Amino acid sequence: MGDMFRSEEMALCQMFIQPEAAYTSVSELGETGCVQFRDLNVNVNAFQRKFVTEVRRCDELERKIRYIETEIKKDGIVLPDIQDDIPRAPNPREIIDLEAHLEKTESEMIELAQNEVNMKSNYLELTELRKVLENTQGFFSDQEVLNLDSSNRAGGDNDAAAQHRGRLGFVAGVINRERVFAFERMLWRISRGNVFLKRSDLDEPLNDPATGHPIYKTVFVAFFQGEQLKNRIKKVCTGFHASLYPCPSSHNEREEMVRNVRTRLEDLKLVLSQTEDHRSRVLATVSKNLPSWSIMVKKMKAIYHTLNLFNMDVTKKCLIGECWVPTNDLPVVQKALSDGSAAVGSTIPSFLNVIDTNEQPPTFNRTNKFTRGFQNLIDAYGVASYRECNPALYTCITFPFLFAVMFGDLGHGLILVLFGAWMVLCERKLARIRNGGEIWNIFFGGRYIILLMGLFAMYTGLVYNDVFSKSMNLFGSRWFNNYNTTTVLTNPNLQLPPNSSAVGVYPFGMDPVWQLADNKIIFLNSFKMKLSIIFGVLHMVFGVCMSVVNFTHFKRYASIFLEFVPQILFLLLLFGYMVFMMFFKWFSYNARTSFQPETPGCAPSVLIMFINMMLFKNTEPPKGCNEFMFESQPQLQKAFVLIALCCIPWMLLGKPLYIKFTRKNKAHANHNGQLTGNIELAEGETPLPTGFSGNEENAGGAHGHDDEPMSEIYIHQAIHTIEYVLSTISHTASYLRLWALSLAHAQLSEVLWQMVLSLGLKMSGVGGAIGLFIIFGAWCLFTLAILVLMEGLSAFLHTLRLHWVEFMSKFYEGMGYAFQPFSFKAILDGEEEE
Amino acid sequence: MEVFLTIVFFTIFWAAVAKYGPILFTKQPHDDLVRCIFLLTAVVCWLFWLCCYLAQLNPLLGPKLNGNTIRIIASSWGNPIKEG
Repeated sequence: MGDMFRSEEMALCQMFIQPEAAYTSVSELGETGCVQFRDLNVNVNAFQRKFVTEVRRCDELERKIRYIETEIKKDGIVLPDIQDDIPRAPNPREIIDLEAHLEKTESEMIELAQNEVNMKSNYLELTELRKVLENTQGFFSDQEVLNLDSSNRAGGDNDAAAQHRGRLGFVAGVINRERVFAFERMLWRISRGNVFLKRSDLDEPLNDPATGHPIYKTVFVAFFQGEQLKNRIKKVCTGFHASLYPCPSSHNEREEMVRNVRTRLEDLKLVLSQTEDHRSRVLATVSKNLPSWSIMVKKMKAIYHTLNLFNMDVTKKCLIGECWVPTNDLPVVQKALSDGSAAVGSTIPSFLNVIDTNEQPPTFNRTNKFTRGFQNLIDAYGVASYRECNPALYTCITFPFLFAVMFGDLGHGLILVLFGAWMVLCERKLARIRNGGEIWNIFFGGRYIILLMGLFAMYTGLVYNDVFSKSMNLFGSRWFNNYNTTTVLTNPNLQLPPNSSAVGVYPFGMDPVWQLADNKIIFLNSFKMKLSIIFGVLHMVFGVCMSVVNFTHFKRYASIFLEFVPQILFLLLLFGYMVFMMFFKWFSYNARTSFQPETPGCAPSVLIMFINMMLFKNTEPPKGCNEFMFESQPQLQKAFVLIALCCIPWMLLGKPLYIKFTRKNKAHANHNGQLTGNIELAEGETPLPTGFSGNEENAGGAHGHDDEPMSEIYIHQAIHTIEYVLSTISHTASYLRLWALSLAHAQLSEVLWQMVLSLGLKMSGVGGAIGLFIIFGAWCLFTLAILVLMEGLSAFLHTLRLHWVEFMSKFYEGMGYAFQPFSFKAILDGEEEE
Repeated sequence: MEVFLTIVFFTIFWAAVAKYGPILFTKQPHDDLVRCIFLLTAVVCWLFWLCCYLAQLNPLLGPKLNGNTIRIIASSWGNPIKEG
């Protein structure tokens, strides 16, 4: 069968690789991505494995790459995104070159950073000094004026006093602005009011050389008398982390110092600028290669991690690895190993042995971009057991179709088609969007599902004849009005009689007159409920039939008769019969017949008839009607119910009794030592390639029946039987959600029409046009937000449940585990998602 | 007779979709996935149409319309009301 009918055949392989070719061979296997390695060193902890040193080297390289990447992002350089031309894992010589290159780059970056910090510190100090010198001009000018006033006031008689006042000392510096008030208060206290402080805020912030953060600072000058006070003031300045700078009191000396500082600042700024340029050039050069290096190091690390799963055979001097490989991919793996050996010129080839095993292989379903979404839906419920039927193959159509039965509307389906088609047609471009968010990833991953859901919704919308809750009259309504003018005018409501007004059948879809009818819900409910049961029963029958495919493949032929036959009989005799009654009712009861028992008034309810059938009850029919649809129906119904009831002990006891019987036969045969092969085949077990008795015992254990005590088997089968019988009834009722959601969707759509858009259409004049414009926008918004998004999500989830529970519970085990190949692509994708 | 022909027409149509759809759709018409998809599509679409058709084959009740609707139908759908 096809590639999705069941999971791929898997082979457990043992590979023997020469140590010198191990790295390149595993590299080739990582590129192909079709090998799942097993850990042969489970008992060895991570630090004692053979290639721990190499893994640590890769970790160190990764750390350096992360550091350089951080520096690059700090400078705002955009790293190129590698989509095509992904580099391969480096070979040993390239590793050494890469290591040296990263080492050199990292050292250079660290040195540049350190130099920059030092130079920025110098720059800051010089800047502060310049600020001090510039801002203290005013301070000292004021002081000279004060001195002159003092001299004048003294008059000349008091020369000694004048000289004494001229010996005022001072310190000048810069302090953080937020500390100025505390600083001032402290100075005032220690000097008991004998310090004169002048300060000036700097307008522009200065950059902290270490962190680069802007800091606002204030220039200050403190005037005082005496050496003792000077020492105290300096201590306070140190405590407040103020920077003190020398400042000559003479105007000429200050001017000269300002000039010198400015010259040095210019020189330092030039050097800083050159350093920055150099750093940018280094980073720009590295940033071109850094993504490639990052990928190469990740691949290298993955290779060494994989090599740690291998065993080292000391005698043969080769590495031994065990892995699961899809059987169809064995040639690919062989070629990868050959390429790996050829890359290093190894004279002894690495080779691959296929091992027979009784272990359960991993489950691998080969998908393409179309089927991946559906396979993910199924795997979310449970990964199929090995070689079990894959429901995803049929889900490709049944899922969108059942969604469409609930969502059926031509207009809303068209919206889904446009959205899905856009994602499909532009998928190559849209696939490059990396940071679209989780919701976008879900939509894009399911773009084919959305497209098919839209297409089927358009089809079911055509059949329902529903376009945003309105109908189209494409083929001419088959209902004709036979009333005359007087009757129409005198009666507010008229019901067209089906025996004279209906002429023929509307050929495709629902007759448009029903959209206009006041009693359309009654008619549509009847139709959609029958539709739900018909599709539901067929879906379940299909699911039960799938179990035959599984039984046949696993050679459990006895289960066909002991499990499948009673299950399908139970389902068909009860609910298949119900479906038959629906079709029969459609055909036999009509309004034109002259046979009174087949007139509309006598049409029995299928549900009531079914309930009476199960309960062996009778209902008195209306006068002139027959209770049953056809002759011999009561006898037929009784027979069906009795046979269905017999199926229950059949399911319950058949398999345990068979197992019991075969066990006795098997024990007898083993005792005689004859007919062992025949007994195996009779039992339905898969014949093993090897005939060792140990394997036979394991085989029995693998199937889980020979080892179980009989009481467990009886209990297990009882649970299964009860589950099947009850779930057949409840699942049939569960499919009625197809009708319920379809009704809800149609009514919501009609409410939007009645309450929103038609109000706009009733307006008139210029204001009406503007109002209609606004109301149409609101209608569009509600249509998209409520009917397409919310209702679509609701229908999606209900469809998902119908598949997971109602359909797959009929045949699906889902006890497998997924095949997770060693693949560089998967590793890199996973890294990017994190 | 008309009913029979309509059912035959749609059955043949969907059977043709199931049989020739893979050939027209892809260059690998024998791919089991494509054939399964077209076959399932044909079956479910045909059955869906058939249920809708049969539900209207012998209607048990007629639509209830108000007077305005009847007059609009008379003028729009070419089904005039009889005088009298």
